Amino acid sequence: MALPNKPRGEIAAVVNPEVVEHSCDVLIVGGGMAACGAAFEIKKWASDDLKIILCDKAAMERSGAVAQGLSAINTYIGENAIEDYVKMVRNDLMGVVREDLIYDLGRHVDESVKLFEEWGLPVWKKAEDGSNLDGSKPAPTLREGGQPVRTGKWQIMINGESYKCIVAEPAKKALGEESIMERVFIVKMLLDKNRPNTIAGAVGFSVRENKVHVFTCKTALVACGGAVNIFRPRSTGEGKGRAWYPVWNAGSTYTMCAQVGATLTMMENRFTPARFKDGYGPVGAWFLLFKAKVQNGLGEFYAGSDAAKEELKHFMPYGASAVTPTCLRNHLMVNEFKAGRGPIYMATDVALNAFLDEKRAAGLDEKAVKKYWKHLESEAWEDFLDMSVGQAGLWAGANIEPEKVGSEIMPTEPYMLGSHSGCCGIWTSGPNEDWVPTVDGARSHQYKWGYNRMTTVDGLFTAGDGVGASGHKFSSGSHTEGRIVAKEMVRYCRDNTYTTELAQSAQELADEIYAPVKRYHEFVGATTAADVNPNYCKPAGIMMRLMKATDEYGGGVATYYMTSGKLLGICMDLLELLREDADKMAAGDLHELMRAWENYHRIWCVEAHIRHIQFREESRYPGFYYRSDFPSVDDENWKCFVNSTYDPQAAEWKCEKVECINIIETDPWL
Amino acid sequence: MPSYVDPEKCDGCKGGDKTACMYICPNDLMVLNVEEMKAYNQEPDACWECYSCVKICPQGAIAVRGYDDFVPMGGQVHPMRSSDSIMWTVKFRNGNIKRFKFPIRTTAEGAANEYAGQKGDNLDDCKLFLEGELKAPTKLA
Repeated sequence: MALPNKPRGEIAAVVNPEVVEHSCDVLIVGGGMAACGAAFEIKKWASDDLKIILCDKAAMERSGAVAQGLSAINTYIGENAIEDYVKMVRNDLMGVVREDLIYDLGRHVDESVKLFEEWGLPVWKKAEDGSNLDGSKPAPTLREGGQPVRTGKWQIMINGESYKCIVAEPAKKALGEESIMERVFIVKMLLDKNRPNTIAGAVGFSVRENKVHVFTCKTALVACGGAVNIFRPRSTGEGKGRAWYPVWNAGSTYTMCAQVGATLTMMENRFTPARFKDGYGPVGAWFLLFKAKVQNGLGEFYAGSDAAKEELKHFMPYGASAVTPTCLRNHLMVNEFKAGRGPIYMATDVALNAFLDEKRAAGLDEKAVKKYWKHLESEAWEDFLDMSVGQAGLWAGANIEPEKVGSEIMPTEPYMLGSHSGCCGIWTSGPNEDWVPTVDGARSHQYKWGYNRMTTVDGLFTAGDGVGASGHKFSSGSHTEGRIVAKEMVRYCRDNTYTTELAQSAQELADEIYAPVKRYHEFVGATTAADVNPNYCKPAGIMMRLMKATDEYGGGVATYYMTSGKLLGICMDLLELLREDADKMAAGDLHELMRAWENYHRIWCVEAHIRHIQFREESRYPGFYYRSDFPSVDDENWKCFVNSTYDPQAAEWKCEKVECINIIETDPWL
Repeated sequence: MPSYVDPEKCDGCKGGDKTACMYICPNDLMVLNVEEMKAYNQEPDACWECYSCVKICPQGAIAVRGYDDFVPMGGQVHPMRSSDSIMWTVKFRNGNIKRFKFPIRTTAEGAANEYAGQKGDNLDDCKLFLEGELKAPTKLA
């Protein structure tokens, strides 16, 4: 048997890759919901001579957060007022959000959902007798006035196993295969050589062949999702892959935009969803559709207790809402764990049997109840099978039948994202309309500067998880935001006639991208096992080192999300060493080179996260994280955005407070 | 629960342009070993269990085995996906079996309308393609 000092992957990386240069007007980086929205919409506005290229590090048919499927669309305004949507998001995210962006999203989002249905997505409907019809049954469409099955006020149920395939198909057809480059991982955005603060291109590499791709463009959309595997997960073995958010999201959106000087906002925000333990299956349908409640280890339904109500009074006005903000729900749960009153159970058995008892009370005979149960059971399992098959696998392996026994739920490790129930991201312009506040000063304080969803860098746009301070977009809202950006990018190209030029040569860029490969080949012969070498480190080890530092010092699961100024200082010191050592990463094959660059992205993104938590001297999101030195929500001093900007010339960060302006009435708050 | 490949069934997609599982995996895990003409999951602890490879494999050669750090052995969840529906078989550790069938698509594959050649009319307002008049907020602060 050969000694293990050789590349592990099937596609070995060579020291001198081919360098390919591309020129285009519009570059779309990413292939998920937002990028698909952009790809569909842009051809509706672009002239035929506008050159557009989309790069996805995977295959659009199954890339991004919706790759596996979804069982619900969480943002559909329908019969509701958009103003109420703004109020809901504002309250769930503890008051500090961009209401212009949220309102704007709310007025466009339903059109995307109607398109999804038209393209073939099965949407559940309410039958005339009030029962639920799955999406394949004949019923009026949403456009025709069909009534979707609402779970909460904003969510509708779908049969969403093929959601992403269905959305990617018209996106790919609209753009054309010749404009799409799959398995190309963009790793750096590039500024213009001559014009300050202007995007001019990007560089990435193929994970299928030894090629570096260098792009020049006039405008770019960066929409590559949020950040996963940035804090030590609860499962550190094989189960590390069963992240709640897609495990391939590496913080690329935030890092690539920040590195060229785009202002970030609310990077202190994170999301630690409470999910079914280990399998991380969704809880939304259980709470909303099946009306299940959570019990602590003593069997108490603690969330509705007098003690819980008293606790929520510490967080007014946010704690007063009928639907408690996500972080505060976590806060109540974390308190139960810390008091030793775990485990926490989702009482699936109580909930499902309540439905059956209700049917019996209504006079159904046992045969009819049995038929109803088959339908109910199928709905319950579909929720997992559509979007989190692993949870179904865990139930199968553990012989769990939800009608007989409850299942544990638990808050996960932290994630960073801007489209789900979190709001970290990039500071962008709102729509150029009168109702959007006008603010003097630098763009990092303004609400609009001409192009909707443009970052503070000219020509650089973002969408979906990328746009900060406006969470609760989910899949439909991310698609919508991509569509908004598409039209704005076409307008940007029309309005601006300058030509762009890169500051570095293509070969210089290729050398930088392939540095981990060169390092591997230079040193691999120094030991008999390729993964252990004093001259370099491997991406897998760097990721574990990052997750250990954040978990122990940055408020991960190890400390029940508690950190402090002192601990954060240590975390920053560890990250500085980590960043230095990351320059010594080595990659023997193309898969490993991808992992190396994902880690560069993770480290930067986490550093911004920690820097923001350090700057914000309060605990804005109890249940997501706590600062022991500033343990409460301090609206008097901190009901404001924290924005940070990296200056690529000076290599310095600047954090600042930015005014949070309410557009929608605050009385009544909800 | 990482995916695994049955060597009896996998034919490496006959060395064609695309190895199906390698083409689809969102996390670049499925790879083809050209000498053996078999695919495998190169990084099981980075597998999200999204089942994209299982669903796309033309030979039905891919299945999933539970994450070994928390899933007891013996259960299995396996799909059969057609153009309009998916049938799931859930086999429990104790041998019980449940089957569920769900619709996945109401149109033929390839039929999604991309509105080819159609254009919006005014690049300077906020209306997207197909949209009518847009609202502006009321109930202002």
